[in-house]
Parts: sequence; C-alpha cells; structure tokens
Amino acid sequence: MKTPPRSTGAPWFAKRQMGFGFRPATWQGWAVTVVALLLAIAVVIVSRSTKVGLVGLVGVVVVLAVYQLVAALLAGRIRTGPVQPQPEVSDRPARHTAVAPPSVAPVTAYVASRPGGNTPSSTADPPALEVSHLTKRFGERTAFEDVSFTIASGEVFGFLGPNGAGKTTMVRTLGTLIAPTSGTAVVAGIPLTPDNGTEIRQRISIMPENPGLYLRLTVIENLELFAGLYGLHDPRPRIDRALEAVNLGPRGRDLCGSLSKGLRQRVGLSRALLSDPEIMFLDEPTSGLDPVAAREVHDLINDLRRRGVTVFLTTHRLEEAERLCDRVAILNTRLRSVGRTEELRESLFSRALVVETATPLDAPDGVFNPSTGVDGWRSDDPTHYVLTIAEPRAAAPAVTRALVAAGADVISIGEARHSLEDVYLELIDEDPEAARP
Amino acid sequence: MKLDAGRLGAVVRKEFRVLLRNRFIIGTMTVLPVIFLITPMLEIFRLSPDVPASIVLRFAGSTFLLLLVIPVVVPAAISAYSVVGEREQGTLEPLLTTPLRREELLLGKAVAAFVPSVAISYLLFALVIICAQLFASDPAVASALVQSSQLVGEFLFAPLLAGWSIWVGIAVSSRASDVRVAQQLGTLASLPPLVVVALIDLQVLTPSVTLAVAFALVLLVADVVMYRVVSAMFDRERLLTGTQARSRRSHTTVA
Repeated sequence: MKTPPRSTGAPWFAKRQMGFGFRPATWQGWAVTVVALLLAIAVVIVSRSTKVGLVGLVGVVVVLAVYQLVAALLAGRIRTGPVQPQPEVSDRPARHTAVAPPSVAPVTAYVASRPGGNTPSSTADPPALEVSHLTKRFGERTAFEDVSFTIASGEVFGFLGPNGAGKTTMVRTLGTLIAPTSGTAVVAGIPLTPDNGTEIRQRISIMPENPGLYLRLTVIENLELFAGLYGLHDPRPRIDRALEAVNLGPRGRDLCGSLSKGLRQRVGLSRALLSDPEIMFLDEPTSGLDPVAAREVHDLINDLRRRGVTVFLTTHRLEEAERLCDRVAILNTRLRSVGRTEELRESLFSRALVVETATPLDAPDGVFNPSTGVDGWRSDDPTHYVLTIAEPRAAAPAVTRALVAAGADVISIGEARHSLEDVYLELIDEDPEAARP
Repeated sequence: MKLDAGRLGAVVRKEFRVLLRNRFIIGTMTVLPVIFLITPMLEIFRLSPDVPASIVLRFAGSTFLLLLVIPVVVPAAISAYSVVGEREQGTLEPLLTTPLRREELLLGKAVAAFVPSVAISYLLFALVIICAQLFASDPAVASALVQSSQLVGEFLFAPLLAGWSIWVGIAVSSRASDVRVAQQLGTLASLPPLVVVALIDLQVLTPSVTLAVAFALVLLVADVVMYRVVSAMFDRERLLTGTQARSRRSHTTVA
C-alpha cells in the first residue's frame, strides 16, 4: 500500500503563510510576527520621533512582506515555473456539475453508474479505502489501535463491534473529522493528510447515527443547505431523486421537527445520497426504522452496490451485515477479524453435519467413524448427533448410507450453519478487551 | 485561504431561515433595542426650548451611547448560540462532514448575525433622528443629534461594534459546553468596547475626529484579530469528542 506523506517537506516558514489573511500555524511563524512587531514598537518608543517611528514601521512591513513572498514561493502559491499537475486532487471527474434528469427517477436508478460498478472492483482497480496501522487515542484512552484493512471500490463493507469498540471514531477519522494519532489511510484515492480534508469530504458522505436535522426547516430546506455545501448546481432534481429514493417525496415540505424518528433517519440518508459520493459511511442507518423502512434501506444499499458506490456500514444488526455486506470487519479496539462471512465461519468453526434420527442409535461409533468421513461426533440429545467432518459434500452420502445400513430411521441430515452472530460472539468472547467492565 | 461563495451563501441562507423561524429570537432582537430607546424618546418630547445647551448635548451623547449599545447587545445572544447550539442540537457533525471550511462556517454565521444587528441599529438611529426632527419642542435637540460627527460615529461604530460582539460571541460559543453559559459570557465579553463610548459620554474623553478614527481603527484591528483567533480556536475534534487534537497539523485545525 502506498504510504501517504505526512508532511509536505517544505520548510517550517512555508507550511503556513502569515500576515494579512495568513495564518502562522507553527510556533516559529508566530515568533517571527511577534518579534517583528515588538521591534517596531521598540523603535517608536526609543526614538520618540515620528519620522524614525514611521521608518521603523515601514521596515517591519518590508520584512513581513519579504517573509510572505518567500513563504508563498516555497509553498507553491506563487509559481515561477511550469505548473505541475497534482493528480490526487485534480483527477476527479467534475461529477457535481452534471445536470440531473428533470424527471423523478425510481429508486433503482438513483446513483449514476460508475465504471466498474455492479461488483467490487478487480484487484487492478485502486481500492476505495486503504487503512494501514491506524491508531486513535484520546489521552490515555485508546479508541482503536493498529487497524489495517482495504476496501475495494464498489464493495459493501460491514464494520461490527460492541459499544465503545471505536466504530464511530473510525468513521470520523476516515471522514477527516478527527485526526489519527498514528498510521496512514487513503480515502477515495486521496491520502488522509491535514491539507486534504476538504477534498476528501467532497468525495464522500457520512450519515451519522443521529441525523442532526434542522427541526425548524423543512426537509427540502435541509437538503438545499447540504446541496449548497457540496457545491451542487441546480440541486432540485437531485433533491427530488434523493427524497424519492427513501420514499419521502410527499414529505418534502414538512418541517423536520414534525417527522418521526424513523422519517428523520430517512431524511439523513437522503442527505447522504445528495452529493453522489464515491464512498458512503453509514453509521447505523436502520437505527429506529420499522422493518419495512429498514428493508427499503437495504434495497437502497444493494442498489448503491450495483451502481459501484463503496459503502462503509457500521451496524449492530448482524443479520443486516450478513445480508448486505461483501465483507465484514469485527473491531474491538483492535481489529479482530476481516473477511467474507463464509471465510470467518470456516476459520473459526470446524465443519459439521447434524443428524437427527427417530430413535437413538444402538452403536453410533460403528456408524460415525473415519470410514464414513467423520472425524468425531457428539450427541447433545439421544436422537441428535453432531458430526465433525472435513468435507460435507463427500461425508453426507457416506453417512446416509451407513445410517440406512444400520437400520436407523433418519429424520434429517444436513450441514450445521453458523451465523455471523456466532462468529461475532466467538470473536468478541475470546477477546480479553471484551471482558473488561 | 480560499473561500467558496456558494458554501458561504448556503450557510448564510440557512442561518437566516432558522432565525426567521424562531419567533423568540426575532422578538428579542427587536424588542430589546426598542426598550433601550424609551428613555431618549421621552426626553425628546420632554426637553423644553429653555433648557441649557449643555444639557441638550449631554442628552445627545447619552442617546448616542444607547444607540451604540444596540449593535453590541443584539448579536451577542445569536453569536453565542452559534456553535454550541449546533452542537447541542446534533447538527454540527453533519455540517462538519461536508466540504465546508471552518472559515466559511464562521463567516456565514457572523454575516447572519451581523446584517440584522446593523440593520436594526441603523433603523433605530434613523427613527430617533426622525422623531427629533418632527416632534422635539426644542430645535436644538434635533440639531444636536444630527451633527456630522454623530452620524459618522454611528455609521462607523455600529458595524465595528457588532463585529466585535459577534466574534467574541462565536469565540465563547466555540469553547463553551452549554448554551446558557455561552450566552451569558458572550454578552459580558462583548461590552468592553462600550467603555470608550461611555467615557466620551461622561466627558472624560473629548470627542474629536482623531479620537473617532483612532477608536474605529482599533475596533477594526480587534475585529480582524478576533476573527483569526476564533478561526484558530475552532477545533473539529474538540467540538465532536470533547478532546483537543494533539497535533497542530491535525485535520481539525486545517480544514
């Protein structure tokens, strides 16, 4: 993974310009300013002469002007040579200037298709999100530590973990709302550095758990504000489509204060859709929604996946993650596991066949043995057997034949299924961090 | 620093909309200044033509002082609410997730507080002048109020004082954890510039063009400095998590 630069490498006095309309951010910049001003004051006081004082002031202004000029030159604000392209900023297509179709589009046509949409991109495409050894501490408290993962473009990525695991802090960090303590990340192709905050936020959208709407404004007024903040031209068609996507078209002129929690959540989701983002961070998007509305959100996420939008989904609903996500990560301050649900199951649980018979078997050891592909067995119930096997497709027919040969009345035989919840609980339970009060 | 006019405009529009929907704020903004002017308006009718010129001038001075209190007091509550109020409502985080720069957010909020405050100040000043011209029994009252120095002072100081009050209010709002504390501190902290005006009114300082220009320049510099200070104080991380970013080069202090 590419490691984004943490510093521009410019001299300290070029990192921040100073003076009129400038902001010296390094202590050295402030020192230069203060010393220059103190000198000017000292000259005026010592000289007790207006002429000398004026000369002193002019001198200070000249010093500051030269300082600014040198700083601006070194920082690249004034270019003396050919302009160098800056690919990480300038390679984005001007998507926001595109005029949307005037008609209201159906849900399935909400987001414009991206090249390489429909499925998570191939390995040749640049990933949507690369996180490497990212750590965030608040004083002595660690929100998350040494977290690394990569999300392919167009992937729906589930981020799971118990309360306080650091999920929301991770979203805020990748959304440039807070700064990581250490580690690196590349978001939508842009290194997560201090100077790239605005550019990154232009390409992503975040839907916080609390939608945070202006309750005295109407739904449309709320969305108009955010359309303006994303620099969307002719925002009304986009607003209409975003509202239609969450089935809120008829409520556009209602005050947000009059909406139920679930409807406010939907407004928050439509707001996240407005800017046609490359990556959407959804923090508990179905929180507070009724089952029908939650299903609509699921459909919307599936539609986003088909259209090539990368979705970073944090949720407590494990069945939701299992249904929607291409891969999931389980976080508990440290990353416990990342992968497809199937992969996580296989890595955590041995494969098993579950056999149920009408009456207890006389000699189970004679039936369940290595010759039928069974490595071991246990019985929680006299008629219920769990067989440890290596390959279910090979073992199931052999076990069935052996059972029939033994005269057993077989009621059912099938592979044991472990849900994502089993995986989650297994990982969290074995985590010493989780045992903390 | 590059400011995007579209984003700035979006913030200003939103602020105006929220202000106009809040009858309590509108009521406070208009009623409070009117209360300030009850005494001077009564004086206009009360002063008889045989009153000594010194008393008329004193009346003009105190009216001028009251008129300059308006641009300080009116925006104080709005600006003090601006950041901490958004945080309490939960609307700050969605705003900060957008490409909006902190300077755009702060300037947008400042403009939305500045325009009505200065407009109300000018309107009430005009109202006092008109009342004096039409209804004052003593013609000297009207002429004392319509001196060029008074007019220049009002038009010069009202926006500068409003600017100071707004930036102090936003500064307090960026650091406070509670709306009520922010509004009390913001109002208190916006008052010091009025000391100079009060000293003029009390004739400790002799009003002159030089003094007015000097005071205006000082206020202008103070406004610019406060804007820079507020901009530097606006820390996304601290506002969202209550913890200050450790690095000066953090995202929270730049974008």
